[in-house]
Amino acid sequence: MTQPTVVPTPASPTPPGGHLLEVRDLHVEFRTREGVAKVINGVSYHLDPGESLAVLGESGSGKSVTAQAIMGILDTPPAHVRSGQILYRGRDLLTQSEEQRRQVRGKEIAMIFQDALSALNPVFPVGWQIGETLRQREGMSRADARRRAAELMDLVKIPAAAKRLGDYPHQFSGGMRQRVMIAVALALNPKVLIADEPTTALDVTVQAQIMDLLAELRRDLDMAMILITHDLGVVAGVADRIAVMYAGRIVEHADVRPLYRAPAHPYTKGLLESIPRLDVRGQALSTIKGLPPNLMRIPSGCPFHPRCPYAQQVCVDEVPHDLVLGDGRTSACHFAQEVRDDSAR
Amino acid sequence: MTAPASPTKVRGETILSVDNLVKHFPITQGVLFRKQTGAVKAVDGVSFELRRGETLGVVGESGCGKSTLARLLMRLETPTAGRARLEGRDLFKASGSELRRLRRNMQMVMQDPYTSLNPRMTVGDIIGEPFDIHPEAAPKGSKRRRVQELLDVVGLNPEHVNRYPHQFSGGQRQRIGIARALALRPEIIVCDEPVSALDVSIQAQVINLLEQLQDEFGLSYIFIAHDLSVVRHISDRVAVMYLGKIVEIGTEQEIYERATHPYTQALLSAVPVPDPEARADRNIIRLTGDVPSPADPPSGCRFRTRCWKAQEVCATQEPHAVLRAADPHPSACHFAEVRPA
Repeated sequence: MTQPTVVPTPASPTPPGGHLLEVRDLHVEFRTREGVAKVINGVSYHLDPGESLAVLGESGSGKSVTAQAIMGILDTPPAHVRSGQILYRGRDLLTQSEEQRRQVRGKEIAMIFQDALSALNPVFPVGWQIGETLRQREGMSRADARRRAAELMDLVKIPAAAKRLGDYPHQFSGGMRQRVMIAVALALNPKVLIADEPTTALDVTVQAQIMDLLAELRRDLDMAMILITHDLGVVAGVADRIAVMYAGRIVEHADVRPLYRAPAHPYTKGLLESIPRLDVRGQALSTIKGLPPNLMRIPSGCPFHPRCPYAQQVCVDEVPHDLVLGDGRTSACHFAQEVRDDSAR
Repeated sequence: MTAPASPTKVRGETILSVDNLVKHFPITQGVLFRKQTGAVKAVDGVSFELRRGETLGVVGESGCGKSTLARLLMRLETPTAGRARLEGRDLFKASGSELRRLRRNMQMVMQDPYTSLNPRMTVGDIIGEPFDIHPEAAPKGSKRRRVQELLDVVGLNPEHVNRYPHQFSGGQRQRIGIARALALRPEIIVCDEPVSALDVSIQAQVINLLEQLQDEFGLSYIFIAHDLSVVRHISDRVAVMYLGKIVEIGTEQEIYERATHPYTQALLSAVPVPDPEARADRNIIRLTGDVPSPADPPSGCRFRTRCWKAQEVCATQEPHAVLRAADPHPSACHFAEVRPA
């Protein structure tokens, strides 16, 4: 099935030098023995220097796979990038050699992961792991790398950093481990930090500390950040813009405030209504009926139509295109205007 | 179908009372001659009452002992000390047929719907297994019908009895777990993080199901979770745990609107609110540091190492969860007061 060309996300005008990072119409599929799962189906988003973009979605929505494609760490096979571009400073990463991509990884774009315990190597001290990139990539001496590692641990506010260089990951608490991983990611001064569910494994009080730290580092180091999360609460505090994903597509893309005030896609609206609120005590929660689709058999037309209260015949027949709603918002829904007006009420 | 025989079922009467429950896990050293060198004080003196038809929420961060509490109540662990009375009988002294009878009355829904269902059993066998253990709960020959009824009650297709767990999604599996817990018509269900493994859109479906079942069968829930918003939504009363102790307990309004313990206040203020505008004018308390190790908890008040109100007395004297002048509900803080909005 060939789709008409998708307009690149118009959420903000393209600056003269182009965006810092831009994903254009990316398609990724997983080829497995059971069949082909269409994991990413035409995702486009962009990031400008110093900006914070949240990519929100539930499990299987493709939010992490997009990030892995940007980093070039997809497992291929089974993953296969079918088409699309990932432009970093105007150059397409997908056509570059592995060596060229290695230069981008870590130095330009770095990533932190959800589970710090399994992302860190259990048999090396954390100081050594933070210094590893510096020795390998910058050719630093052991002593210099160690000194810089202590500085980085200090930067991420690990108490008594210099004394803890020789400690192993298991000697740190969950929050401190996440800080170590952030220090590893920051070692080469990246311009873009991709944070994949950085606080999901942490308790609320520690989660708040880590989110504060990330916001502060982003400001001080002038980094752009892509925050991947399923938590609508976390997003509200840190992101400038949000891209909401469903079944491998971006269904809504907007600035944070207008999106929370009046979501313009039925999926976003359903999500916001289905979370219990701490500050509002309501009656029965409204729910999104049904289940997310099997990616091997994505429904025709709009992939959300079997679960959507707004669905009409047109939703079954036609894939909705990004509808530009003004103030830089887009919504991939045939009834976007209507949904937004309903939400605003 | 025999409902648990209890002539007087008054909503609001105490059905389960837990008194000074303690569970210490020994830390041992040595290979040949193992000796105990310490103890992880997972649950360290917890008392509360559960009333008929109510939901008691238990919140706290990881390591606070909330899951150990659930396992103790299910008698999956043996307590170090303490008592629990269910239907007027001592839960921890019961054995043999008496224990089986008590267990029938209290069932559990586990956190992870992927590992808590046996992948080699069909859904029918999973939900029907309680009837094999307690044959008196279902008359001969009625098991299959009961299983199908249960599937229907939790919103699954009764024709799917012969399917295996992997053919269901996470939310559906949690429904299977709930059906299994309901099979013996218990009066109490202990839910240990029943929705935290589920996606947001599915989470709401399961919460609504639990609430609907409560109304239908008059169930009492002990609802353990780390998500404060979910707990507020479902609970009538809430207990806040920190390092093995209940630091504050009260009605949902007392805890969420008039909390007097600094830990509860910090916990509540740290919850991310999904509203960028409401967030701007929130007065957020940032706790420093991590939860201390339960193997070596601080002296006096266990929260004092992270507390901004801590004084000399907090290190020397342990505050008890008693009614405080600030607001009439138990709070374990020497300096309990309601936080000004």
